[in-house]
Amino acid sequence: MTITSIAELVETASSHDLTIGALVRKLEAEETGLSISQLDEKMKKRLEVMRDSVARGLQGMHSKSGLTGGDALRMAEALSRGTLINAESLNSAMAYALAVAEVNAAMGRIVAAPTAGSCGILPGVLLSVGEILDASDASLIEALFTAGAVGAVVARSSTLAGAAAGCQAECGTAAAMAAAAVAQLAEGSPHQCANAVAFAFKGLLGLVCDPVAGLVEVPCIKRNAICVAVALAAANMALAGIESVIPADEVIETMGLVGRELPASLRETALGGLAATPTGKKLATELLSHE
Amino acid sequence: MSIFDIIGPIMIGPSSSHTAGAVRLGLAARAIIGGQVSRADITLHGSFAETYRGHGTDIALVAGLLGMSPDDERIPNAMEIAREQGLRIAFHTGDLGDVHPNTAQIELVSPKGTKRTVRGASVGGGSILVTKIDQFTVDFTGENHALVVSYKDQPGIIAKITSLLAAENVNIAAMRVSREARHSKALAIIELDQPAPQKSIAKISQVPSVDTVIVLPPISMEEGE
Repeated sequence: MTITSIAELVETASSHDLTIGALVRKLEAEETGLSISQLDEKMKKRLEVMRDSVARGLQGMHSKSGLTGGDALRMAEALSRGTLINAESLNSAMAYALAVAEVNAAMGRIVAAPTAGSCGILPGVLLSVGEILDASDASLIEALFTAGAVGAVVARSSTLAGAAAGCQAECGTAAAMAAAAVAQLAEGSPHQCANAVAFAFKGLLGLVCDPVAGLVEVPCIKRNAICVAVALAAANMALAGIESVIPADEVIETMGLVGRELPASLRETALGGLAATPTGKKLATELLSHE
Repeated sequence: MSIFDIIGPIMIGPSSSHTAGAVRLGLAARAIIGGQVSRADITLHGSFAETYRGHGTDIALVAGLLGMSPDDERIPNAMEIAREQGLRIAFHTGDLGDVHPNTAQIELVSPKGTKRTVRGASVGGGSILVTKIDQFTVDFTGENHALVVSYKDQPGIIAKITSLLAAENVNIAAMRVSREARHSKALAIIELDQPAPQKSIAKISQVPSVDTVIVLPPISMEEGE
């Protein structure tokens, strides 16, 4: 994709009266020589893997390390018992995000979005909101192209790597992608999608990457679920017509700059943050002694 | 960058560098020995050595050696499948020196008894870099079609090989040549924009002092991609 900024996406999509998703799909077609229907087919395969991973995870999956698993099932059961605070799409989105992240930790098949460590957020938010809006596959696929466009801009102007900029680059980007995708799904304008991107990153700036024992489990899985809330809040603020004072592109750049200022101990090295807590260290030692 | 690199790849978790990248390293090693493997001794270095069990890096490497792509749902069962197929595997952890933290060295024996050592790193997002084949330093990503040619170093060999490719209109994307010493064993990795036709591969094999020619297809990220 040749687009380098969110502003460019919004401007081009608006002037052609397209959604961001429809625009980037058109650009991808021009670049690759594939037809729109071939691209949709390719994205549909990803949508299907997302759905499968939600369904698998909701049955209760456990990781090899034994550190995590079963929380998606716990969340879904509490939701069906009616013991949760009513938050409409949020609760099912959290259950779905936990499901996909647990499937990932248990060596199941997922779609990296944008990374494996942050793979629960986009399907969680998109599929939950999609059910509530009774969205067609075609519109879910178009929303996935929007999410992809946001991620591509972040990759170009900042980074997607936790090792480079902490979890804000992985889960932060996933939340921004999800926020833009559902803002579009709820018929928000390209400009509103851009605001959603800005709000999601604003909520997660500085988020550190501190995996216990270096594994994609603690706190990654629960962080996926929490970031779902950020994505939904960001999308809803944007849909309400709230404007981001700082434009999305400047927020994205800031994410990269903040990331560079994070100490190495908080960038996926498992040397700081929750990994360095007494419990985190104890778990790491126990896991290593099993090996 | 493609949108499908962001929404994707479809892969077996939990980590693109420790799982998907490890599968691709296994696939690269399998391709370099020319297919089936009967024995593998694998040394894991750095972050691979520290977290391989929790990330399934060992399982992922074996899955690649068996020819599975990173989105193959049989990956978690790779160890059992290897046992059923009679592939013998040993894992070691060790210090391979000043190399990328996600490095594995794979010593392979083929069913015919051919031995090869392949060293490579998983450099992020499922991307890999093969850094050593046998005693030779190499540097390729597995994203392109490639030829691995071993030969005895002498003037004109590279010129012959490249002219045979040029004759079939095959474009060279990147090339690296290394040798043990002057006039001794040498290795060329030639990355190509398109697959080399059978005809040119046969002709390259017949160049005097060329020992073996291995044809490497691009190492897939997803089945059918």
